[in-house]
Amino acid sequence: MNIQIKGGRLIDPKNGIDAKQDLFIAASKVAAIGNAPAGFVADQIIDASGLIVAPGLIDLAARLREPGYEYRATLESEMDAAVAGGVTSLSCPPDTDPPLDEPGLVEMLKHRAKTLNQAHVYPVGALTHGLKGAELTEMAELTDAGCVAFSQADAPLTDTRVLMRAMQYAATFGFSVWLRPQDSFLAKDGVAHDGEVATRLGLPAIPVCAETIALATMLQLAKETGVRLHICRISSEAGVALVRAAKQQGLPLTCDVSANHVHLSEMDIGFFDANCHLTPPLRSLRDRDALRAGLLDGTIDAICSDHTPVDEDAKQLPFAEAEAGATGLELLLPLALKWAGRDALSTALAKVTQQPAHILGLDAGHLSVGSAADVCVFDPDAYWKIEPAALKSQGKNTPFLGLELQGTVRYTLVDGQVVYQG
Amino acid sequence: MNNPQLNKNGELQHLLTTEGLPAPILRAILDRAASFVNMAEGGEIKKVPLLQGKAVFNIFFENSTRTRTTFEIAAKRLSADVVNLNIGSSSTSKGETLLDTVDNLCAMHADMFVVRHSQSGAAHLIAKHVAPNIHVVNAGDGRHAHPTQALLDMLTIRHYKKEFHNLRVAIVGDVLHSRVARSQIHALTTLGVPEVRVIAPKTLLPTRVEHLGVQVYHDMAQGLKDVDVVMMLRLQNERMQGALLPSAQEYFKYYGLTQDKLALAKADAIVMHPGPMNRGVEIDSSVADGSHSVILPQVTFGIAVRMAVMSMLAGAK
Repeated sequence: MNIQIKGGRLIDPKNGIDAKQDLFIAASKVAAIGNAPAGFVADQIIDASGLIVAPGLIDLAARLREPGYEYRATLESEMDAAVAGGVTSLSCPPDTDPPLDEPGLVEMLKHRAKTLNQAHVYPVGALTHGLKGAELTEMAELTDAGCVAFSQADAPLTDTRVLMRAMQYAATFGFSVWLRPQDSFLAKDGVAHDGEVATRLGLPAIPVCAETIALATMLQLAKETGVRLHICRISSEAGVALVRAAKQQGLPLTCDVSANHVHLSEMDIGFFDANCHLTPPLRSLRDRDALRAGLLDGTIDAICSDHTPVDEDAKQLPFAEAEAGATGLELLLPLALKWAGRDALSTALAKVTQQPAHILGLDAGHLSVGSAADVCVFDPDAYWKIEPAALKSQGKNTPFLGLELQGTVRYTLVDGQVVYQG
Repeated sequence: MNNPQLNKNGELQHLLTTEGLPAPILRAILDRAASFVNMAEGGEIKKVPLLQGKAVFNIFFENSTRTRTTFEIAAKRLSADVVNLNIGSSSTSKGETLLDTVDNLCAMHADMFVVRHSQSGAAHLIAKHVAPNIHVVNAGDGRHAHPTQALLDMLTIRHYKKEFHNLRVAIVGDVLHSRVARSQIHALTTLGVPEVRVIAPKTLLPTRVEHLGVQVYHDMAQGLKDVDVVMMLRLQNERMQGALLPSAQEYFKYYGLTQDKLALAKADAIVMHPGPMNRGVEIDSSVADGSHSVILPQVTFGIAVRMAVMSMLAGAK
């Protein structure tokens, strides 16, 4: 099917394009930009006047809750949420039940996702068996099954010898290791940033040094082993400084931040708002500002949704007992836009297209001629209200409930097919 | 952010924490409590009909003898129907959630809940959940707040010291885990106490506690110097685990209140303790039973304060 996306402002950060140009799609690929290729006859014309035409978003962390947690969300509901959010590729962490530590599980997930014909799913495999931090998984087999990287998700890996060997083994094959830095002893029982708000509310706290100590260990081991390390969900000013210094030393390091942490701080917990119970905890305003600055100077490469659908009952509990996490797939675009501002759309889009594609090692996140036609067409000015009924995800839990955000997806295309129309 | 404790008319809708409560409301509670104290001392009238026909549910998810009993007595003196539930041993162990339990009790036509729970924020969660005609009194939530304890402490201080604006007050002990300390600090600073000190080893103080408006001391001799009021905190035995303290003996030696240390305070200083006391751990028996101690009057004032709070809540429109 031939599609012409007409009259929109095409923004492709990777190719440095920001201009009013038509996009021509044929045989599921980008056929041309600007002028129609010879003999092109459109079967469908999408009027994108006043809209932005961008590469489909790539989300580095979206929990689809399958297998094991279908009562929180199903693959169907979350894949719907992805394309409603303009996300055309996503990677999912291995903290399912059972964890993604066997090729069979990964193949099953890939197969289930593929039959839905929506966003591309790139599983991140478990770094250790059962995420228990003791024995290595069959990383090469898992890669053959479709894993794009290896991670502990939020499970601790306290044994530094296991961590070093996992990195060495991954480095042998050139696999990436994705880690969220948090010392599990310092973070034990903690549910909020160790600062003014936790002190006031009497919440068990997680100090910043829980992040920096773990991060320093990871950076040193990465240097030692030569592994490609990706730091997930950085949360503190001191953490950003460590990543910046390591990058300056030339370590092949990448880093992401959750969209929630780019905007929120411990203050948003207010009177125990369980929707602000997140992992890592929302930190101080100063930390939040450092995350925003780190994004701008390139220390932090990408913004992810850290999509974690939680069922209603699990949030209707006292703050510490409520389950951590927020729904995010449908908020990734508006939150990225809100970070960079209306005049820097390309800057925002780079953090959710080109950069995550680079981290995943994918030829995606751009609209070059010949590349897969994964496209997000959105209205950068239209507001929409974040409320349960507006969310396709089964998770209705987000700190942004009740707010109006700019950035409304009108069309999402995956491999040249319109998979969402809003 | 709306103050969830006040209704549209600025009246007390729930009592969840002393933080953010306007000074006039704190004073109004103390004034009313004082009138109940006089009433009780007069001996003639023990019961008033302010809560007649109202059902007060004491729901305690955590054990308590003193607090629950004083709430029960207070409610009965106000002529309320009182139901005591020790949930710690029933529903939640059968898997019922906190709000399910509350919904069930609402269906039994509760007018007021007095709640104690081991988790910070439990009382706020319930207050947010219930219908507007139901009032919630926080009887202690996790490490967060214990407002009626702080109010009875304020009543005690006012009784013995008359004013707040010229006082130096020291809070001694495990501030980190203490809901009592947090509520005391907010009440004292709101009522205009110019100098509130906390005295504890660093392991028992929360991060940035000075942002609550207190001065931090790690040494008893310095911290107790010339204070008017010494408020001791209970030290839980489990603090010896988790590497917070080496031993009860060492704690008593450096942070236990003895006659010698108390001698550094003003000659007319009063000594308070929320109970139950660990004699020989945070306080020496001779101090607990000595002439400076007002620990037993605190308990009496506790009934009056709880009567005052419940009657004010019942009167809110």
